[in-house]
Amino acid sequence: MTSIPSLIGVVIVSFLLTRVLPGDTATYFAGPAATPKALEEVRKQLGLDKPLPEQFLRYVADLTHGDLGNSLTTGQTVVGDITSRLPASAELTLIGLLLALLIAVPLGILAAVRQGSWIDHLCRVVATAGVSLPVFFTGLLLVYVFYFLLGWSPAPLGRLDIFFSEPPRITGFLLVDSIIARDWEVLRAALSQLILPALTLAVFSLAPIARITRASMLTALSSDFVRTARASGLKPITVTMTYAFRNAMLPVITTLGMVFSFLLGANVLVEKVFAWPGIGSYAVEALIASDFAPVQGFVLAMAILYVILNLAIDLLYGVIDPRVRVTT
Amino acid sequence: MVAIPLLDISDLTVEFGTRRGIVRAVEKVDFTVAKGETVGIVGESGSGKSVTSYAVMRILDRAGRIADGSITFSGIDIRSADEAYMRDLRGREISMIFQNPRAALNPIRKVGRQLEDVLLRHVQAVPSNAKEKAIDLLNQVRISRPEERYHAYPFELSGGMCQRIVFALALACRPQLLIADEPTTGLDATTQKAVMDLVVELTRARGMSTILITHDLGLAAAYCDKVIVMERGKVVETAPSGSIFKDPQHPYTRKLMRATPRPGITLRDLLPATDEEPPASSVVVMDGKPLLSVRDLVKEYPRQGAGATLASLFGKKAADAAPFRAVGGISFDVMRGESVGLVGESGCGKSTTSMMIMRLLDPTSGSIQFNGVDIGGLAAKSFAAHPMRPKIQMVFQDPTDSLNPRYTAARAISDPILRMGGGQSAAQVRARCEELARLVGLPGDLLDRFPHQLSGGQKARVGIARAIALDPDLVVLDEPTAALDVSVQAIVLNLLQELKERLSMSYLFVSHDLHVVHLLCDRVIVMRNGAIVEQGSADRVLSHPEHEYTRELLAAVPTPPV
Repeated sequence: MTSIPSLIGVVIVSFLLTRVLPGDTATYFAGPAATPKALEEVRKQLGLDKPLPEQFLRYVADLTHGDLGNSLTTGQTVVGDITSRLPASAELTLIGLLLALLIAVPLGILAAVRQGSWIDHLCRVVATAGVSLPVFFTGLLLVYVFYFLLGWSPAPLGRLDIFFSEPPRITGFLLVDSIIARDWEVLRAALSQLILPALTLAVFSLAPIARITRASMLTALSSDFVRTARASGLKPITVTMTYAFRNAMLPVITTLGMVFSFLLGANVLVEKVFAWPGIGSYAVEALIASDFAPVQGFVLAMAILYVILNLAIDLLYGVIDPRVRVTT
Repeated sequence: MVAIPLLDISDLTVEFGTRRGIVRAVEKVDFTVAKGETVGIVGESGSGKSVTSYAVMRILDRAGRIADGSITFSGIDIRSADEAYMRDLRGREISMIFQNPRAALNPIRKVGRQLEDVLLRHVQAVPSNAKEKAIDLLNQVRISRPEERYHAYPFELSGGMCQRIVFALALACRPQLLIADEPTTGLDATTQKAVMDLVVELTRARGMSTILITHDLGLAAAYCDKVIVMERGKVVETAPSGSIFKDPQHPYTRKLMRATPRPGITLRDLLPATDEEPPASSVVVMDGKPLLSVRDLVKEYPRQGAGATLASLFGKKAADAAPFRAVGGISFDVMRGESVGLVGESGCGKSTTSMMIMRLLDPTSGSIQFNGVDIGGLAAKSFAAHPMRPKIQMVFQDPTDSLNPRYTAARAISDPILRMGGGQSAAQVRARCEELARLVGLPGDLLDRFPHQLSGGQKARVGIARAIALDPDLVVLDEPTAALDVSVQAIVLNLLQELKERLSMSYLFVSHDLHVVHLLCDRVIVMRNGAIVEQGSADRVLSHPEHEYTRELLAAVPTPPV
C-alpha cells in the first residue's frame, strides 16, 4: 500500500522526463523530407500541439483504463509489446540470477568458512573480475569462444533457432511452455540459446552476491550462537548451514532483490549482443526514436516489478526470520 | 588417598597472533578440578579467565592456539586429541553456558529444535522421541508450560528464561564438567539468584563438576568450593572459598576484595588504602526547594504498533487490549545537591522514567518541574533548544557505545559546549576541555585519542566530563559503572562523589546494583512494574527495608563474606 505514492511519482517523473528530452517525435516520424505543414499535421495527430498539463491529463486518463498508448515504431499497443517481450527478459534474468546464486552462494560460504585460504582468494578474484568486465565484453567473449571457436552453442540469434516453432504460448517463458507442451526438442533448443546470455548476466551479478554471502557468513560464524553450537559438539555442516547460513541469508536476500531489479533494466546490452527480444532493447530503441509511450510504459513496468519484488522479499523475510513477523 | 582430578591443567599457555605480534593471553596456568567440585575463576577483564575455559573446550578463535602445557580431562589429553574426537566430547562430556544468553541461542530456530539438535547429535535421542526428551529437559530447568515454550524463539523469552534454555542445552547429555562463563552477568539480582541456585542444584544432583567464571567475588564466594584468582593471564592465588575472603594472601586479591561494594562501608573504603586523609566533604546546602519535581508521571505504550498490516497477513490478530503502562503515575522529588538512586529490575520502568526526565520521551501524562519550570509538557523534539536543556545532562551505561568512534576525547567533551555553550573561540573551548579533563582525572595527553585507544575507565571519564561540561544542575546517571571492572568502578564512583560535592550537582542514579546505590546515594526509590514501592533515605531503605520486594532484592545480592 505504501508503494502507491511512489508509483504516482514514477508516472509524473517519467512523463516529464520524456518531454524534456531533446528530440522531436513529430520531426522523426514525418521524415526528413516533410514540409512544415505535414509536420504540423503529424503533431496534431499525436496530440503534441496541446499544452503539457492537458497532455498529461490525457495520459493519466488512458492509464486508468490500462492503456499505455501506442508505439509509433512498432505500430502496436505498448501494453501488447511489453507483455510479449517481458517474459523474454524475465526468463533471461531469472536464469542468470539462478546461475549466479548457484555459483556465488557456495563460493561465499566456503570463502568465509576457510577464511584466508585459496578459495577465499578465488572468491575475491572472481568477484573483482565479475564487476570489472563489462557485460557486452563478457557476452562477446563467450560467443567468440563457445560459438565461433568451439561451435558448442548455436548462433546468438534470439530465443529460439528459426528451425523450431515456438510452443503454444501459456506463460511466455519458453522453458516452461515447452515443458508444458512436452516438446523436449524445443526445450533443448531454447536452453542452448539461453545458456550464454544467462551466463553473461551471471558473471556480472556474481560479485555482489558472493561478497555479501561471505561478509554475512563471517558475521554469523563469529556470533555467540555459533560458539554455543560448536561448544555443544554439533557437526561442522550443521553449524555452518543450519546455524550460520540461515542467519546469514537475510542480507543475501536483500542484495538479491537489488541485483534482480537492476539486472532487469540493465541487461539491454546483453539483449543487444544476443539479439534477444526483451524489453530492455525495446525501450532503448523507442528512446532513440523519441517514441514516448513505450519509454513511459517501460519505466512504469519496471516500477511495478520493483514493488512486487520488494513485497516478495518482505514475505520471504517473514518466512525465514520469525522476528519480522512480530515487529512489523 | 589422593583422588585423580577430573580436569588437570598444568603450565597452560595460550597465545594469540595479532597484528602487533604474539600476545600471551594465558601464561603457565595450573589448576585441577575434582569430581563434583565447583571451582570459581575470578578476575577482571583481560585476565584470561574465559580464554582458559575456551582452551579446555578447544574452541579458541582462529588466531589463538595452545602454545604450551597440558590439559587432561578424565585421562584424555585434550591438546593432542583429534578434532572429531573433541566434537564428541563437547556437549557430551564438557559443556558450557555463556554470558548474554539471548545471543547464545540461534535467533531464528525454535528453542526446542536447538535442544533436539544437541540430543540427536550425541545420540541421546532418536528422531521419534527427541521432542519428548527436549520437553523433559525444559521441565528439568523449571520452565513452565514446556510444551508451549518448545515452539518459542529466543526473542520471545526473557533473559533469565534464555539462560535456562542454554543451561538445558548444556545439561542435555549429562556431561561431567560444566563451564559457566559469566552466566548471570546482565541478569537482575533475583533472576541471577534463581539461575545460580538451579545450576548448583542440578549439577550437584548429577555429581557434575563446575567451573564458574565470574568477575563477581560475591557470586564466587556464595557458590564455589575453591576460588582461583587470575590477573593478566596468570593465577595469583588459589584457595578454598571459605578462607580466601577471610585471609586473602595476594595483593591483587586484596585489591579486588576492597573494591567490591558491600554493606557497611563508605565509598572511600573501595580504594586501595593510602595514608592520605580523605578530603573533608563539604556539607551540601539544601535549600529545601526541590530541583526536580515529578508528579503523577505516566508513560503508556500501545500494545501493538500501527503497522500491523504484515502481522495480520500472517493471521495474527491485532490486540485491542489496554495500553501497556511502562510507568504508572509516579511522584518524587530531587533536592538541590542531593543524589537519588532509582533501583529496580529490568522492565520496572526506571530507564523509561530517566528518559522522560531527559525529555527524550514524551510522557503520556503528569508533570516534570525542573528549576520551577514545567518541562514535561514540552515536546521532546523542541526541548533540545530549550534554555533548561544544558542544565540536565546524562552519563550512559556503556562508556564505549556512547562515544562517537570518530571523535577524539576532546571533541566528545566539547560537543555540548559547541552545541549549547554559545559562541566560544576554539582556544576557549580547548581550555575548557583541558580544565574538565583535569577535573575528572583524565591525563591531558589522552585528549587527542580516539575511543578505541582508551581504556574502559578512561572512556567513562570522558563520558562524565562531557556531561558536566555545561555545569548542569542535574545529571542522570544510567548505570554508569555497570560495564566496568570493580577496581575501575571504585575509582569512578569516588570521582562522581567528589565532583558532586565540588560542583554542587544533583544526581539521579539509575541502577540495579543495590550496594553501589547505597554507597553513592542519599535517598533511594525502589520501583517495580512501573510503580514506586518504597522510598526513603538510603541507609533506612537498604538496612531496614519495609517493603517485601525490597527485602527480596537485597536477599538476592550475593555478598563476599568479610
